[in-house]
Amino acid sequence: MKKLMKGNEAIAEAAIRGGCRAFFGYPITPQNEIPEYLSKRLPEVGGVFIQSESEVAAINMVYGAAGSGARAMTSSSSPGISLKQEGISYICGAELPCVIVNMVRGGPGLGGIQPAQSDYFQAVKGGGHGDYHMLVYGPGTVQEAVDLIYDAFDKADQYRMPVMILGDGMLGQIMEAVEIPEFKDPATFPKKEWATDGTGFGANRRIINSLYIEPDVLEEINHRLFARYAELAEKELKYEAYMCDDAEVVLVAYGTVARISKSAVHTLREMGIKAGLFRPVTLYPFPEKQIAALAAKESVKRFVTIELSMGQMIEDVRLAVNGAKPVSFFGRTGGNVMTPDDIVAVIKEGK
Amino acid sequence: MATVFKKTELLTDTPFSFCPGCTHGIACRLVAEVLDEMGEKGNIIGIAPVGCAVFAYKFFNCDMQEAAHGRAPAVATGIKRCNPDRTVFSYQGDGDLASIGAAEIIHAAARGENITVIFINNAIYGMTGGQMAPTTLVGQKTTTSPLGRTVAANGNPIRMAEMLATLDGPSYIARCALCDPANVRKAKQAIQKAFRNQKEGKGFSMVELLSTCPTNWGMTPVQATEFLKSEMTKIFPLGVFKEIE
Repeated sequence: MKKLMKGNEAIAEAAIRGGCRAFFGYPITPQNEIPEYLSKRLPEVGGVFIQSESEVAAINMVYGAAGSGARAMTSSSSPGISLKQEGISYICGAELPCVIVNMVRGGPGLGGIQPAQSDYFQAVKGGGHGDYHMLVYGPGTVQEAVDLIYDAFDKADQYRMPVMILGDGMLGQIMEAVEIPEFKDPATFPKKEWATDGTGFGANRRIINSLYIEPDVLEEINHRLFARYAELAEKELKYEAYMCDDAEVVLVAYGTVARISKSAVHTLREMGIKAGLFRPVTLYPFPEKQIAALAAKESVKRFVTIELSMGQMIEDVRLAVNGAKPVSFFGRTGGNVMTPDDIVAVIKEGK
Repeated sequence: MATVFKKTELLTDTPFSFCPGCTHGIACRLVAEVLDEMGEKGNIIGIAPVGCAVFAYKFFNCDMQEAAHGRAPAVATGIKRCNPDRTVFSYQGDGDLASIGAAEIIHAAARGENITVIFINNAIYGMTGGQMAPTTLVGQKTTTSPLGRTVAANGNPIRMAEMLATLDGPSYIARCALCDPANVRKAKQAIQKAFRNQKEGKGFSMVELLSTCPTNWGMTPVQATEFLKSEMTKIFPLGVFKEIE
């Protein structure tokens, strides 16, 4: 049965249903409902909740918990995610699974508390130091966020890497009717032979580490990580191509902006303009082959990337299109959100 | 022939990477011996720091996690809360614990996290080449205070044991010195007490071990031991600063 829930709370409940039993976080708007909800809910299911002294401590608590085998997560918003980058880099280097939610707000600096997508670069290009990526999802609805985080812990365990849910203030604050899935059975979770569960001694002891002094060894680790990212691109891509079959202008947008863009597509179609929407759901890996295939279609004349930023995802769209068709940009920033009519006007003007 | 001494099996056979005359090796051995004598083999998760003991994960024969600089108490918190029956310890130096990780140690102590912290205070950053530490003595020369630490420029050294003892969370906080056999024996007793408290669920325990760094102090091991005894203990008095029954 569907239930009316706020995005942040629905995400928190779905995380628990997906096996999360440890949360570490620090308050920051607009994601506070996640820790608030979990502070009550996790103890009810025998889980651990700690409000940490800092974002840095929170992500390092996740490191410890994940390294010892727990399904652990943290959540925050932009300035807080910047602080977590140290820990995220170490988690990637040590090949630990965890889930990180970023309910993005405007920046740079303290920025604002209204929705934004200006952390795209940080999320998909790495963010912290070193060569690494995370599996990054940009859900468009509360239901999609619920479904993605529900399976995110499985994906994190499978690939031994963090999964980031890149939402925005809108997704966290909106209330929608959602279907919350059943509890996953922890007995079905894969055994983590690599985890420091404390029983190690002699040959069977485990070490969680990201320090490799020998260049050849570190290079090998980097190649191992990137082989995994290649596997992600093969197996984990998610996207939606909406009315793209005969589209002449393809809007490219993710998250909240994709919903607004979808409404714009409907209006444009009514006006006789053949518009379509391509919506990446995995932001890393990026569906570049699918966009390249659209760019190769004769019917497609141009792309317009629409974002709540000064233009970040557009760089990946341009790389995918690779000069085959023009790619233009429309964005709002600072916490401002465009309306469908704003998008319609931009497309009509041929920008 | 009777065996009168053998290396604890909670240390691996990997040779220590410490300089000659450094007391890190004694500290590592004491921690391993205590855990061994308590029968903790196969029930331990240790956290290695950044600094001279960065390779501690190679030395302790138990499950180990390598933490980012200063973050060991946060990592330990995540481990212990998810594995409350395991014995969890962090092993940290003065730059790690008293400078970049000051927030993490204070809040782990304030929460009364049921972990044990071994704090090596040698008044200098050893691994990076002898820079000034938060515990460097006034007047002490380092590579970043070449004319000696001054109060005007750098303030006074931080006394972590005394500071943390003001909190309600810790169950045991002591400072010992690894400068001679009698003091090493006292240090071992303090480490025993700290781990016993954890086993009994009493909460956070920390043993600060005043240590030498002959290489970066520019002294022979004997001179360094004398300096520790005569100078360091003036600023960092030995004793038990917090103990709950």
